[in-house]
Amino acid sequence: MAKIQTIEANLYYDNFHALRDITMDIRDRAITAIIGPSGCGKSSLLRIFNRMNDLIPGAKVKGEVLLDGKNVYDNSAMDVVSLRQKVGMVFQKPNVFPMSIYDNIVIGPRHHGIKGKKNLDEIAEKSLRQVALWDEVKDSLKKPGLALPAGAQQRLCIARALAVAPEVILMDESCSALDPESTMKIEELMTELAKTYAIIIVTHNMEQALRVSDMAAFIMIDENKAGGLVEYAPTTEVFANPKDKRTEDYITGRFG
Amino acid sequence: MSEEAIETTNGLKAKKDVAGRVFFGLALASIGALALITIFILVQGMPLIAKVGVFDFIFGTKWAPLQGYFGIFPMIVGSVTVTLGAVILGIPISLCCSIFLAEFAPATFRNAFRPAIQLLAGIPSVVYGFWGLLFVVPLIRDYLGGPGLSILAGAIILAIMILPTVISISEVSILALPRQYKEGALALGMTHWQTIRSVQLPAAKSGIVAAIILGIGRAIGETMAVIMVLGNAVALPRSILDPVRTLTTNIGIEMGYATGDHQQALFATGIVLFLIIMVLNATAQYIVRRK
Ligand SMILES: Nc1ncnc2c1ncn2[C@@H]1O[C@H](COP(=O)(O)OP(=O)(O)OP(=O)(O)O)[C@@H](O)[C@H]1O
Ligand SMILES: [Mg+2]
Repeated sequence: MAKIQTIEANLYYDNFHALRDITMDIRDRAITAIIGPSGCGKSSLLRIFNRMNDLIPGAKVKGEVLLDGKNVYDNSAMDVVSLRQKVGMVFQKPNVFPMSIYDNIVIGPRHHGIKGKKNLDEIAEKSLRQVALWDEVKDSLKKPGLALPAGAQQRLCIARALAVAPEVILMDESCSALDPESTMKIEELMTELAKTYAIIIVTHNMEQALRVSDMAAFIMIDENKAGGLVEYAPTTEVFANPKDKRTEDYITGRFG
Repeated sequence: MSEEAIETTNGLKAKKDVAGRVFFGLALASIGALALITIFILVQGMPLIAKVGVFDFIFGTKWAPLQGYFGIFPMIVGSVTVTLGAVILGIPISLCCSIFLAEFAPATFRNAFRPAIQLLAGIPSVVYGFWGLLFVVPLIRDYLGGPGLSILAGAIILAIMILPTVISISEVSILALPRQYKEGALALGMTHWQTIRSVQLPAAKSGIVAAIILGIGRAIGETMAVIMVLGNAVALPRSILDPVRTLTTNIGIEMGYATGDHQQALFATGIVLFLIIMVLNATAQYIVRRK
């Protein structure tokens, strides 16, 4: 069964219809890439999955968004706090908190009720190992996280998201602020994590989508500027023989 | 460049030079005035401190200038207790207010509340004092006992007076945080309140601490409002319902008739006050800069 399902999901910012009738199934243990031109609603779609749109006054979602079959917008089925614990997010720019590396990692678990230094230490080590940062920082866990280079900061943010034991990880252009070497590291990491988690990424980088993703969703705005799902299929198919002319134009234009 | 162009640029340059000199002169004048005041206070006050001895001046408990006793310890205790009281009462309220304004208040409410808070800062301190004398002092006398004129009365008035400073500076430092911190914390499944407590407040810590220190500086330096509600007795207080005299009110009350050593002693009191406030402000500056 699909990990996340959207059924005719629509998103409005006040009166602006940003996403129209998005229906898609997102697989577990796979990387799904959301691609499309600037402003088509990729970030908006991603933020539907963990209800980050709730922070924007005037943002409204209509239709259904299901996580393991439960409607995430139905507060009686699932509260937003436990949703966000299950659906973690990594942002475009690393947003390490101004505190130590260690505290950055354990802040999530601590607030979800995990107690005892031993347990927290274990989580910190495990999460940092998952992002291949442990050897680099194990002797400087008390140092401020902001002192790390950007690539390592982004990996710290991923580790922080992993520390609350999520099931889905959303990444909104999480490599776009990084140098090629750090990008490669994070891509390797995504592939590794996709063995256990459902990963959804937004990317402007077609090579990246092709390199890492299993499924690709192409989104574009229609004549009313509302973003819609144009094509959604295994990545290789989308890139090798796109069904829709608009997809083909976008991809070839990007490669071109 | 044509000759004309050179001439106009020269003209511009000359104008700039004149403006620069005027501003430099004005800046120098204000710094100069400050320096002169400082020197004057030091020159007037130091000889008496030397004569009495630093230790006896600061820790002496008897203040009877006409008999030659110059101990300002009761006043130091007065200043510290009243200020501490103001901090205990005022800081939690201010912090709650600033968190509410920065994080919870709807925009319309915030836009109405902010000018109201600023207005509090504009009320002359004598008005606070008068209000305290008419309302706070009788309340304390009737419900808690004692003369009413007391540490508690002063602390309440000062707590209100430091609200605007502390609220606005801490609100600004919370609002100035990058939005990404808040989003990051919420995305981890932390509640709004957990996010404020564990991410935003620690991140805004330096601004908030600076706000508190500036509030303390304001409280310790206030004179007019507290003169009217403290009772001004020169004695070590035994409870918060006892009257006290602060360093500032000591100067304010006696300066009208003090002469000779007595007058010098008031300047010396000023030196102590000056040092305390300088240290507080420098600490606030240091904390803000360190960020
Ligand atoms: N907070 C908001 N309020 C109103 N409109 C918004 C808001 N956020 C985004 N939009 C609008 O919604 C549409 C989709 O925006 P979104 O950020 O999701 O696009 P995107 O595909 O992620 O773009 P980019 O590639 O530039 O990141 C745009 O037209 C944008 O102007
Ligand atoms: Mg975006």
